[in-house]
Amino acid sequence: MVLLGAVSGIDTGDTAWMLVATALVLMMTPALGLFYAGLVRSKNTLNTFMMCVAAIAVAMVTWALVGYSLAFDGSGSIIGGLKYVGLHGVDFAPREGTAIPHLLFMAFQATFCIITVALVSGAVVERMRFGAFLVFAALWSIFVYAVLAHWAFGGGWLMSGGTLDFAGGVPVEMGSGFSALAAALVVGARKDYGRQALLPHNAVYVLLGAGLLWFGWFGFNGGSGFSTGNNSVLAFTNTLLCPACTLVVWFALDLFRGRKVTAIGAATAIVVGCVAITPAGGYISPGWAMLLGALAALPSYAIIVWRTRTRVDETLDVLAAHGTAGFFGILFIGFFAQTAWNGVSDGLFYGNAAQLGDQALAALAAPIYAFVATYVLLKLIGAVMPLRASQREEALGMDTTYHGEEAYVTGEGAILVVPEDGVSIPVPVADPG
Amino acid sequence: MKLVIGIVRPEKANDVLEALYRAEVRGVSMSRVQGHGGELERVETYRGTTVQMGLAEKVRFEIAVSDEFAQTTVDALCEGARTGEVGDGKIFVLPLDQAVRIRTGETDHGAVTPVKK
Repeated sequence: MVLLGAVSGIDTGDTAWMLVATALVLMMTPALGLFYAGLVRSKNTLNTFMMCVAAIAVAMVTWALVGYSLAFDGSGSIIGGLKYVGLHGVDFAPREGTAIPHLLFMAFQATFCIITVALVSGAVVERMRFGAFLVFAALWSIFVYAVLAHWAFGGGWLMSGGTLDFAGGVPVEMGSGFSALAAALVVGARKDYGRQALLPHNAVYVLLGAGLLWFGWFGFNGGSGFSTGNNSVLAFTNTLLCPACTLVVWFALDLFRGRKVTAIGAATAIVVGCVAITPAGGYISPGWAMLLGALAALPSYAIIVWRTRTRVDETLDVLAAHGTAGFFGILFIGFFAQTAWNGVSDGLFYGNAAQLGDQALAALAAPIYAFVATYVLLKLIGAVMPLRASQREEALGMDTTYHGEEAYVTGEGAILVVPEDGVSIPVPVADPG
Repeated sequence: MKLVIGIVRPEKANDVLEALYRAEVRGVSMSRVQGHGGELERVETYRGTTVQMGLAEKVRFEIAVSDEFAQTTVDALCEGARTGEVGDGKIFVLPLDQAVRIRTGETDHGAVTPVKK
C-alpha cells in the first residue's frame, strides 16, 4: 500500500481538475433537491429536498462499504469483486487507466451513485414514507446502481463488449429513468393524481436548480475523462453546446403547442440536454453534439406530454428527462461517434456499423435490468414495511408528517416549549376539553 | 340573503370547490387564514428550538347566496370539508343586508344569482 510521499504515475494537473470535478458533481444533488422541491406542492418542499440530502447520506455510506467494490473491482462480466469492501486498498496509487489517485477516482464515482439515487426519488415524491425511501436508497444503490456502473464503467460485459458510455448514460440516466418508472408503478399514484391539478409551487427554484445542475454537469461530463485531456475538453464543451440547442428546440415546441415559452419547460430542457450529452460527451464532435441536443428534445417532450395523460404518476418525469434522453444519447453515439474526435471508435455514419450494435445492446439491457430489479426490490421492501404514507398524512403534507418542520413557517401562533422544566406555556386559546 | 362563511382544511379546499360546483353554487371567494379550533397542536423543532404550532393553516370561503340556497351551500361545504377528525373547521351563516353586482349595478337577489351564459 502506498500512503506516503510522491506517487509515480500521478498527474498533478489531472488530479487538480478531478478534485474540483468531484465537488461539482456532489453539488448537483442539492441542486436536484432544489429543482425537485420547486416542482412539488409547498407542503412537500422539505421532504422532497430531504430525499436528495438522504441520498448523499445513504449512498455515500453504501458506496464506501460495498458499492464501489462491486462496481469497480475486477472485470467480472456481471458484477465486480469484494476486494475494495470498506475501501480496503483504495489509496494514493493511480487508478488503473488513469493518472489520478485511486482514492479520488472512488470519490468521483461516489458522487455519481449519490445523484442517481436522488434522481429516482423524483418518481415517488409527495407520498412515499421517508423511512421506506431510506431503505430503498440503500439497497438500490447496491443492487441496481453498482451493477449497472460495473457493466458500463467497471469492466463489465457492456464495457468489454465495446459499448461507449462516456459519463453514465447506462447507470445514471437509463438506470434512474427506468427505475423511476418501476418505482412509480409499485408505490402507486398520489391520492389526488388525476383528480386535482397538482402544480409546481415555485418555478424559480426549478430554474435555479436546473442552472446549478448544468453548472455541476461540467464536472460530471468534463470529469469523466479522468484527465485534462482532449476527451475531457470535448465533453466539457459539448456540455455547453448540447443543452443550449435543446433549449432552442424546446422553446419552439412550447411555442408551437401553447403559443408561450414556459419557464419550467426551459428548466426541463436544460436537464434533457445535459442528459443527452452525458453518454456521448467525449465521443462526438461539437457539431453533432448540437444536433443531438436539438433532436433529444423531441422524444422527451413527447413523453412528458403523453405521460401526464396516463394513470402513471411518475411524478417528476424522471423517465422522460433521464431515461429517454439517456437512451437517445447512447444510441446517437452509435451513429455519429468519430475517431478523429475521440480516438476510440467510429459510429455507423463513419463506417463502423458494429458500434451501433454495441450501443443498441446497452440501450436494451440497461432499461430492462433497471426496471425489473427496481420493481422486485420495491415489492420486497413493500412486503416488510409500508411504502407509502396514509391518505391523511398525504393530505397534511410530508413535511410536517416526517420532518416536523415546514418550509414556509410563519411563526405566528408558535409557542416556545421550554426544555428545562418540560412544561409548555399554556396555549392562549380556548381549551376544547 | 345569507353570507355563508366556511373555514376548512386547506387540503380539503379543492373538495369543497368541487362540492360547491356540483351544488351549482357559483360565486365564491376564498382566502388563506390561520386559526385555531381545538385541534391538537403540532410540535415542530427547528435546530433545537421546539415549538407548539398553536395556529393551523385554514382556508376561508365566503359565499353570498339567496335564502333558498343557504342550506344547499352549507351541505356542500360539509360534504367537501369533512374528514371526521378534529380540525375540520366551522361554518357560519350570517344575514346579509345588501349585495351589489358592480358591473351592472344589480342589487340583492339579482346580484347573487349567477349570470346564465
